[in-house]
Amino acid sequence: MGKIILKKVNKSFGETQVIPGIDLTINEGEFVVFVGPSGCGKSTLLRLIAGLEDTTSGIIEIDGRDVTGEAPSKRGIAMVFQSYALYPHMSVRNNIAFPLKMAKMSPEAIDKKVTEAARVLNLTNYLERRPGQLSGGQRQRVAIGRAIVREPSAFLFDEPLSNLDAALRGTMRLEISELHHQLKTTMIYVTHDQVEAMTMADKIVVLNAGNIEQVGSPLDLYNKPDNLFVAGFIGSPRMNFVKGEAAKPYNAPTVGIRPEHIRLSKESGTWKGLVGVAEHLGSDTFLHVNVEGIGLMTVRAGGDFPVTHGDTVWLTPDETRIHRFDDAGKAVR
Amino acid sequence: MARAVSTRRTVVFTIAAWIVALIIFFPILYTIITSFKSETEAIQGFNIIPSGTVESYAAVQAQSNYFKFFLNSVVLSLGSTLLALLIAVPAAWSMAFSPTAKTKDILMWMLSTKMMPAVAVLVPIYLLFRDFGLLDSRIGLTVMLTMINLPIVIWMLYTYFREIPGEILEAARMDGASLWGEIVYVLTPMAVPGIASTMLLNIILAWNEAFWTIRLTTTNAAPLTAFIASFSSPQGLFWAKLSAASTLAIAPILIMGWFSQKQLVRGLTFGAVK
Repeated sequence: MGKIILKKVNKSFGETQVIPGIDLTINEGEFVVFVGPSGCGKSTLLRLIAGLEDTTSGIIEIDGRDVTGEAPSKRGIAMVFQSYALYPHMSVRNNIAFPLKMAKMSPEAIDKKVTEAARVLNLTNYLERRPGQLSGGQRQRVAIGRAIVREPSAFLFDEPLSNLDAALRGTMRLEISELHHQLKTTMIYVTHDQVEAMTMADKIVVLNAGNIEQVGSPLDLYNKPDNLFVAGFIGSPRMNFVKGEAAKPYNAPTVGIRPEHIRLSKESGTWKGLVGVAEHLGSDTFLHVNVEGIGLMTVRAGGDFPVTHGDTVWLTPDETRIHRFDDAGKAVR
Repeated sequence: MARAVSTRRTVVFTIAAWIVALIIFFPILYTIITSFKSETEAIQGFNIIPSGTVESYAAVQAQSNYFKFFLNSVVLSLGSTLLALLIAVPAAWSMAFSPTAKTKDILMWMLSTKMMPAVAVLVPIYLLFRDFGLLDSRIGLTVMLTMINLPIVIWMLYTYFREIPGEILEAARMDGASLWGEIVYVLTPMAVPGIASTMLLNIILAWNEAFWTIRLTTTNAAPLTAFIASFSSPQGLFWAKLSAASTLAIAPILIMGWFSQKQLVRGLTFGAVK
């Protein structure tokens, strides 16, 4: 249960083509993350799968059934919205019970399911409260509870953690991942945060202007990006790109090297540069170095590497971790 | 940081507010005072202390059946409000949640009908009412009051519905609610303050409407506005009786407005401040 196939799915708003024909398979039980910059079409794609938007052309299949023209509630999926979209006039209990009430379940059955969902999500003590009386994390759990009780074949998450502070985001990320392991249900998760994508996904779909740039596991995308866009998008801080004369020794028009794959030295190395801004994160320090003939590069240094603004340093890339790209921006392996 | 407001400033502003409120309310206050005078007292000039006689009220009740007019006002106000809501809620829902390129134009056009003076269509409306047998009928007046206030009701509901996040309705859709279910279980409960304010405003507008209620009624469907008008006779204005009739006409709506002022203010200012 929960296999989703998109065949040449196309979406246009008037003259503007937002999704230009996508083919994608999401296997049963997978945690798939749609990631990409703002406006890339990831939320639109999610809404097409949910049935909240109609496709312009193409087919969407869920568990072998063509659901392209079907209403959202008939597709067997549940969605958690970015703003939680809880019903403010209903208690937590009634919020979670609402889909079961719409499905005309008996009050006893509804009560049983709501109690169990509340127990799983630590909401038992909050069942009679209204959403306005809950914290952000609690509201998020109510939204998840409302989705869980429907026992859908797939969960859709539309940037569910965007409205939370950093600490809570980290906690909720773990909770959602744990939920996935418990329920073993297909989950499609949309985010612009590539850290969320890398830490939660079985499979990442990188989108850019409606096109799928690459599909793969987090480490696949990290170690073998197919093109410049994916290489620059995945990984934080961003991959450094070297063009022109400096790239010639590596037999490619453009080469890329991640900040964590560059060795720093005060004595010698491949590239020479002047240290600019240093970002101290505690465990790591990221130096922005103005390299002669290349420009600004970011390098990860150990917390104890002694350097100040204006110092001269030498950068040596790890040759085994260099990425080569052709003139069209495609990876050359 | 809030500015510290001195006590003296507060006192000055309070007194000024009371003065402005009294000036605005004074015509109504003087009408009520005059209703407790005799006709002789009433024509003797400006005097804010009445003798307290209720002879004008007795004369008004003897001359005409106040409760029949009162009942007509209630039926027309409530009837036109309910009918207006029945039409306006789906219309406003459609404009708020499924707008098209023409939505704003349609709203503007609807409101523009309120800019036309009613007297411009008096003759055609009168003839239509006559030909369809609607003159002096509650049904005819209810429809008329509905139509003239419908643009405002739709506009107010539209602005309320626009404040409701679309995602909540989408969530209801995902949860299996039909279109009707969305309106009944989610939209209406969330919009109750807005719907209540709109209803109150429409009741007041319908209750006070004088132009059509006087011209399209005689005896059967005449509401309190016609009741007041019947006391301005060719012999002259009987001030005390007229004041008594006016007080009896406005008292119900004044009391209703007093108790629902919070909702009314909210309704009229909603959306003004984000």
